[in-house]
Amino acid sequence: MSFLRSKDETKPWKGSYAPYDLIKELCIAVGVIALLAVLLTVLFSSPDDKPSTIAPADFATTAATELAGTSGTAEYGPPYNHSSGSVQHFLLLHPQRWLGVSHPIDTAEDYVVKPLETIPNDPALGSALAEYKAASATQKQEWSAAYAKPLEEYAVAVEEKKTPPSTVSVDQSTGTVTVKASGAGPVGTMMTSLQALAQSGGLEGGLVSSSQFFQTDYTKPLLFMADGGLLGERAEGQHLLGEQWGLMNETGSYPGQPWLWLYALWYQVEPIKSSPNADIQVLLIMGLLSLAFICIPFIPGINSLPRKIPIYKLIWKEHYRELPGAEGTTRPRGT
Amino acid sequence: MSTGSGIPPIVSSKSWTVKVREKGVESLPPERLLPDGQPTYVASWIYVFGVASIASLVVIIGSGCILALKGPAWWHETGVGHFFNSIHLWSVELFFFAMVVHLWGKYWMAAWRGGRGRVWVTGAIVFLVAVPCALTGYVSQQNFDAQWISTQAKDAMNSVGVGSFFNLTNFGQMYSYHILLLPIAVVALVSLHVLLVRRNGVVPPIELEEKLKS
Repeated sequence: MSFLRSKDETKPWKGSYAPYDLIKELCIAVGVIALLAVLLTVLFSSPDDKPSTIAPADFATTAATELAGTSGTAEYGPPYNHSSGSVQHFLLLHPQRWLGVSHPIDTAEDYVVKPLETIPNDPALGSALAEYKAASATQKQEWSAAYAKPLEEYAVAVEEKKTPPSTVSVDQSTGTVTVKASGAGPVGTMMTSLQALAQSGGLEGGLVSSSQFFQTDYTKPLLFMADGGLLGERAEGQHLLGEQWGLMNETGSYPGQPWLWLYALWYQVEPIKSSPNADIQVLLIMGLLSLAFICIPFIPGINSLPRKIPIYKLIWKEHYRELPGAEGTTRPRGT
Repeated sequence: MSTGSGIPPIVSSKSWTVKVREKGVESLPPERLLPDGQPTYVASWIYVFGVASIASLVVIIGSGCILALKGPAWWHETGVGHFFNSIHLWSVELFFFAMVVHLWGKYWMAAWRGGRGRVWVTGAIVFLVAVPCALTGYVSQQNFDAQWISTQAKDAMNSVGVGSFFNLTNFGQMYSYHILLLPIAVVALVSLHVLLVRRNGVVPPIELEEKLKS
């Protein structure tokens, strides 16, 4: 690495030494930092907003899109499925495609059919499921779309603050959504049962459980909730959206992750801000900047800037003030 | 092989242990590893932030160990648990604050001079590894922050293919990364960084051209 030192005239220190107790300094520092952390804890505590649950409010709409294959997750692409809705690339780089489907999710099966199959002793549901499973893919799609259509119209009307269509009624006290959808075949019965399952709190368990008793992977319920609107609404109120620099924020007025400010910055800058490939662009930029950060000592111009902007004179002002007499007074040792 | 109590073992030049010991002592003799003196130029507030970073890391690990002893749900259920979670959070904030000031200070000191490039490199990597260490903590909280951050940040991970083996929505995996794998990496890198500092010594001041001329 000698080429890296070609202009480096730094010589080993031949000057004086002062007594120093490294262990004592560390112990004092730990004590001070611990006290500071306790003080900040007493003053500000830490945020702990309860997690959202799969709630009835927009549940029916989300479940309908999962069954119809039109939800964000259904159209996402790798690593969940072979769609392409959220697949990003940069020039010839397609890492998301290259790494493939590692966490397969079939939204209709995983979010609707399989949880319904866990409900015992319901003949109406049993025959509805049998009819659904026996149908062709085209038929399934038609039924799902017919059921989803009035819910989408309802959601649009609510968003635009217009009178909602009479085909959808919501019982605010129980959160039960009733959908009058013609041409939906067995889907109406299935979705009514799914709502009941969700209201009983059984859906989260149905989504998390697998062939193993113990489970710690919440990918499916989290993606289901992200497909709905509740998480986003709550996040907006807590300034957590991307355009609110949410990447570095957390709930409340807590500092969050301010060290991510540079990541968050790129999402505010055009053309990245409106690009469908914003994430890969930001990560590639940050990857390059991180590499440059590591290599600062070896980058011409960047590594000589400290000599040109003499902040070092402030840092070592004591030393420079005493420089003429600095040739060994205390305990010369060499390095 | 020891021949008995108090009798030194036979030293073999082929012994790996002997080679490691000799190399270690040669690189870092005890008085350099744990010095009781510092060059007189080590006199500035900026030096506080290096040790403050390490002290914060000690508090992070201490509070994290207490949280780990009781499991990930404890801090949601008890006041004591929430107290230690808050200590953990604030020591992380202090850690990053101290580390950023330390890094800026070292940049303006051009602290890589005199063959100290590796000291800078290890320090910079500590910062970069600490970022996912904190992120995995945020997504392991089992509250709304964890739900939102994991479902949003997954898109960035997925876009570069990392999501296929580093799944932010998999609590079990993120918790393992947060309490074991990434802390081991941070502590190992910090240890290496400190050993390199001890080996090379604290970088001397940039020599003043006008002083040199006079």
